[in-house]
Amino acid sequence: MASASAFEYAPAPESRSVVDIAPSYGLFIDGEFTEAADGKVFKTVSPSTEEVLSEVAQAGAEDVDRAVKAARRAFEKWSALPGSERAKYLFRIARIIQERSRELAVLETLDNGKPIKETRDADLPLVAAHFFYYAGWADKLDHAGFGANPRPLGVAGQVIPWNFPLLMLAWKIAPALATGNTVVLKPAETTPLSALFFADICRQAGLPKGVVNILPGYGDAGAALVEHPDVNKVAFTGSTAVGKAIARQVAGTDKKVTLELGGKGANIVFDDAPIDQAVEGVVTGIFFNQGQVCCAGSRLLVQESIHDELLDSLKRRLSTLRLGDPLDKNTDIGAINSAEQLSRITSLVEQGEAEGAERWSPACALPSSGYWFAPTLFTNVTQAHTIARDEIFGPVLSVLTFRTPDEAVAKANNSQYGLSAGIWTEKGSRILAVASKLRAGVIWSNTFNKFDPTSPFGGYKESGFGREGGRHGLEAYLDV
Amino acid sequence: MPTTAPALGDVTASDSTLRRFLHGLPGVDTVGLEARAASLGTRSIKTTAKAYAIDLAISMVDLTTLEGADTPGKVRALGAKAVHPDPTDRTTPTTAAVCVYPDMVATAKDAVAGSGVKVASVATAFPAGRAALDVKLADVHDAVAAGADEIDMVIDRGAFLAGKYMKVYDEITAVKEACGTSARLKVIFETGELSTYDNIRRASWLGMLAGADFIKTSTGKVAVNATPANTLLMLEAVRDFRAQTGVQVGVKPAGGIRTTKDAIKFLVLVNETAGADWLDNHWFRFGASSLLNDLLMQRQKLATGRYSGPDYVTVD
Repeated sequence: MASASAFEYAPAPESRSVVDIAPSYGLFIDGEFTEAADGKVFKTVSPSTEEVLSEVAQAGAEDVDRAVKAARRAFEKWSALPGSERAKYLFRIARIIQERSRELAVLETLDNGKPIKETRDADLPLVAAHFFYYAGWADKLDHAGFGANPRPLGVAGQVIPWNFPLLMLAWKIAPALATGNTVVLKPAETTPLSALFFADICRQAGLPKGVVNILPGYGDAGAALVEHPDVNKVAFTGSTAVGKAIARQVAGTDKKVTLELGGKGANIVFDDAPIDQAVEGVVTGIFFNQGQVCCAGSRLLVQESIHDELLDSLKRRLSTLRLGDPLDKNTDIGAINSAEQLSRITSLVEQGEAEGAERWSPACALPSSGYWFAPTLFTNVTQAHTIARDEIFGPVLSVLTFRTPDEAVAKANNSQYGLSAGIWTEKGSRILAVASKLRAGVIWSNTFNKFDPTSPFGGYKESGFGREGGRHGLEAYLDV
Repeated sequence: MPTTAPALGDVTASDSTLRRFLHGLPGVDTVGLEARAASLGTRSIKTTAKAYAIDLAISMVDLTTLEGADTPGKVRALGAKAVHPDPTDRTTPTTAAVCVYPDMVATAKDAVAGSGVKVASVATAFPAGRAALDVKLADVHDAVAAGADEIDMVIDRGAFLAGKYMKVYDEITAVKEACGTSARLKVIFETGELSTYDNIRRASWLGMLAGADFIKTSTGKVAVNATPANTLLMLEAVRDFRAQTGVQVGVKPAGGIRTTKDAIKFLVLVNETAGADWLDNHWFRFGASSLLNDLLMQRQKLATGRYSGPDYVTVD
């Protein structure tokens, strides 16, 4: 979808040869790869080509039980290690991730469909950074502000989504191990491969058996893990619907829970904003990872006085986005993760049109195979539209207007979600005034979708509870 | 005198209207601007696109010598190189121009006669710009009379930083008038001395309002010259100016661009910011002296598959 130009960039595909994907993978339990107890397997496909990448063992309840038992056995020794010893393993894992980052970036792009540019420049550096960061905490837990000698919880059951497979794994596993917990993690059924490669990295790092267990599988495996009586801590990132089910499941037990759920982030652009950078921020906010980001800035709230000007700039900018082969280094927009997700996006967009919002996409040829959706924006959207309320989890931006800062705050907060928000203005006092009134876990000013291991992340309202990242992220894995 | 395009109203009517207009331009967020420039710098340009980009970049070079020690011999050698950048390969495009001091214009004109290569001259008390307006205008008249096709003028940074925008505006319009119809005017801001991105955006609009045919980053004589970020900002300014007035203005980053890799990054900025309409040496130039040889060596490498080395390009 490059702009018409004499300067057409030649294809610049990243080499697939840096990654060696086996035809089949097992579950990773107690330091070994093993078949599922009932022998079930499923296929994982590349969303950009629909090519089958590998066949993966599918965990069931029996496998969950085996893995939790292994984690329980490992917990005794792992939690008794001095923090400085655990730190050594985590530093080793972080370094191996850095050394293998090109391989992991290509793998993630193949399995997830997101552009190599993002896996290479955003995901993998952050994955390594999380392990480094929490490795640094492992021997300093006495000084984390939770009192002397805070205790780990035990076995952590972790369920992660498909949008940032390896990064969400890092967010979950790094703090859990640093604080002395052991882990059973279920990656999403559409993106199991990078977690299985991570299992190999654990072996490479000499991590004791059973400390990390990886169980690819579907929702039933996730449910079995959450329900397992010997799991002490449940950490979930994913949809609000599943999050609610998990909350019901663990209610009345002594399990600790953190939930990172959906979002409908408001990106608020005031009339004195740095317009060119705001346009970039809006693009980053909603088209990063094809909008499949829980903290995406999917609602653009623009001050009415600059609406037309901003929309012109935004449309011009969208016309320069390059959609296509995610392994091409020049690709900005990759494939949607699955056929199921694509149909969800499609139906919500159709609903937006039916409810009277105005749909626009740049002229854009979509590849013939794979799951693709052109970057889309809707104008004339109001708070009453479904597309202003429901999380679409795709490259679809809803544009609303406001007249005053108070109205901006009221509209931004008028959502069942509260994960992220953005404020664009050159006026520093306005940033502080507005930010203090927004009900969202992360608020960016004059930037968007910036992540750092030192910064806590989490939501208000139906976006979940608990924090990941930073010192706060330790609390979720400690008995405090 | 050029008049302001009607779309903008009478913003140059007085000191205060001009100030209000320039200070009312959208702000620039430093972090965001530099991040965008850096991200465009990661575009991977290969094979046919690279060959195209190298030839385009060569055709956009203002081959420059601006030394106190410049002699006719040096200028003639430079002119010859501009006409035939690579004597071993006559398919190499000519450069856009040679850029010299005013007293060398006649020599340069002679050296490039008949080739289509333009002669640009840095007039207006280059590089400091610290002289009376009469002196600057005399400098321009000299250069134009000697046949200069393009005048590169420096603005009075002192006046700009002191907030005397009207003084800067008046100087540019006077120089533009002195250029007459025969010479195009490039206005140099010396972005390193203007220091902030907000200032660079204001200077860009000020220059365009005053009738600049080109806006140019720098003289190449200070510590910070052209950068991807300040060039990106100026490309946004010309793009927005054309959208509002219909008038297209060129952009010339100058100083510090030494490698093919850098030059291609700038072309990517042009392509994805202002657009393909600027991918032409009528609208985009590189002010550079050492860039050309690297472009030529990379061009030879694409043609032969081997990297030849500095002895295979001329030293001029």
